[in-house]
Amino acid sequence: MGGSGILQLIFSGITIGSIYGLVAVGFDIIYNCTGIINFAQGEFVMLGGMIMISLVGAADLPMWISFPIAVFAVTLIGALFERLCIHPLKKPSILTLIIITIAASILFKGGAMFAWGKQTFSLPHFSSERPISIFGATILPQTVWILGFIAVVVLLLAFFFKATMVGKAMRACAANRSAASLVGVNVKEIVLLSFALSAAIGAVAGIIIAPIALMDYERGMILGLKGFSAAVLGGLGNPVGAVVAGFLIGIVEALCAGLLSSHYKDAVALIVLLAVLFIRPSGLFGSLEASRLKKF
Amino acid sequence: MPILVKGLKMLQMRNVNAYYGRVQALKGISLHVLPGEIVCLIGANGAGKTTILRSISGLLDVLDGEIRFNGTRLTDLAPDQIVRLGISHVPEGRQLFGPLTVIDNLRLGAYQRYRRSNRSQIQKDIEYVFQLFPLLEARASNLAGTLSGGEQQMLAIGRALMSRPKLLLLDEPSMGLAPMVAREIFEVIKDLREGGTTILLVEQNARMALSLADRGYVLETGKIIIEGPSAELLENREVKRAYLGKGRKGFFE
Ligand SMILES: Nc1ncnc2c1ncn2[C@@H]1O[C@H](COP(=O)(O)OP(=O)(O)OP(=O)(O)O)[C@@H](O)[C@H]1O
Ligand SMILES: [Mg+2]
Repeated sequence: MGGSGILQLIFSGITIGSIYGLVAVGFDIIYNCTGIINFAQGEFVMLGGMIMISLVGAADLPMWISFPIAVFAVTLIGALFERLCIHPLKKPSILTLIIITIAASILFKGGAMFAWGKQTFSLPHFSSERPISIFGATILPQTVWILGFIAVVVLLLAFFFKATMVGKAMRACAANRSAASLVGVNVKEIVLLSFALSAAIGAVAGIIIAPIALMDYERGMILGLKGFSAAVLGGLGNPVGAVVAGFLIGIVEALCAGLLSSHYKDAVALIVLLAVLFIRPSGLFGSLEASRLKKF
Repeated sequence: MPILVKGLKMLQMRNVNAYYGRVQALKGISLHVLPGEIVCLIGANGAGKTTILRSISGLLDVLDGEIRFNGTRLTDLAPDQIVRLGISHVPEGRQLFGPLTVIDNLRLGAYQRYRRSNRSQIQKDIEYVFQLFPLLEARASNLAGTLSGGEQQMLAIGRALMSRPKLLLLDEPSMGLAPMVAREIFEVIKDLREGGTTILLVEQNARMALSLADRGYVLETGKIIIEGPSAELLENREVKRAYLGKGRKGFFE
């Protein structure tokens, strides 16, 4: 395989890796605010994709209208999930909360199967499907869309966390929850917000990947798993690390699929993850200091 | 709104019991703070001083008894609601937001007041804190986690002041500080009282605390055993023996 072939693989790795990165950022936001791993994160991605497909396909709405509606719907689902399943608990243990998120992911998946059946759906590309060639390799315009959306989401998040008071309150909660409540931050509200925000990010990931990855009720699980791998690899709770780790896993995966066999593709993320954790238990970008304080 | 009358109790705890799991940390605590006072709590390690402050600021649910602030029951309120009423708690061990900058820590102190219309007022309050603690101004854009112990204590107090509290709860502000720095902090506490802030102060260093406070409560294993004006406590034989012994000289000597 020539250089352009490798480049081709890298491009496809970057595409899928950016999605893993976004899913991982969702994991990090909830982890930072609550200390829990939300195993329903992948289902937000699936729901985003499926709702978008229904709006565009069955309801025949234009893409640019369906997009915000789908994101909003999933955000609402994330918020409701927090209000109904997490919020009512008094002093729950971390383990209880994690089991709740696993149960929720099974419920979401079941609900999706009930609503859409077991078949696989596709979403039209956002613009033309004619490949663009770069250095002898080609990329789809959808890939450009995906990278564009990732850039926008990352910039918006950076602005939110660095420049707005609510974003700072969220970081304050992540740093020290009881101190945050002592300065007057309503921590329960921040937890709600973290679920809504993670759901929204997941939905965006699901929508922009749907045209090239296809969607079905089960798609959330594997995307969630890859995103989780990226989150841990990037150092749990570190969104910048998550995006970089997402790209890394995507690229290694694509190279493996192209050069070895696509059978091993899904195992790659986990192998990379285990290998890195073996050497650096805090992930690639997490500080060892911080990892000692973490419960996971 | 309850009316503030001099002599009316600002804070009142009545028969408060609090538990950590099965361990009873507070046993029928009753105390009060009048507006404008500095009241100190003294007692050995594990006596329950921190627990009293935590139950006032809502970090710890009390099982029974009553805590009122200017007439409002605090017992069922969340910490953020209690901040809104005008109580600010400087916790033991500072508890800053380490990964955030000094100035962001201060801004978060004013979280409840953050509205566009309040911008300039909050900016003025930040300048006021810098006036109290000039060391902080130079480090405004540093991460709070990189400050020295003394600077961290100053920031913790500054952050608490940003909500413009009527009552300030201070938990061992001199802990781990060099005598010079501790004295500086105590000077600021004096200034704050002169500015009209009421203060409930927890201190290991009984002599220093009593020299500053109007009244004091002595705590032992979750119970108040002695209370009275500072001058009286300083002369009390029991207090002298247990808390003002020879090896326990204050920073002011
Ligand atoms: N989080 C906790 N869980 C269980 N027990 C606790 C907890 N915090 C405090 N205690 C217990 O409650 C009692 C009172 O503790 P508290 O921290 O209020 O003491 P203190 O007077 O502030 O002591 P110090 O001077 O050491 O700060 C102690 O017996 C302590 O062991
Ligand atoms: Mg204490």
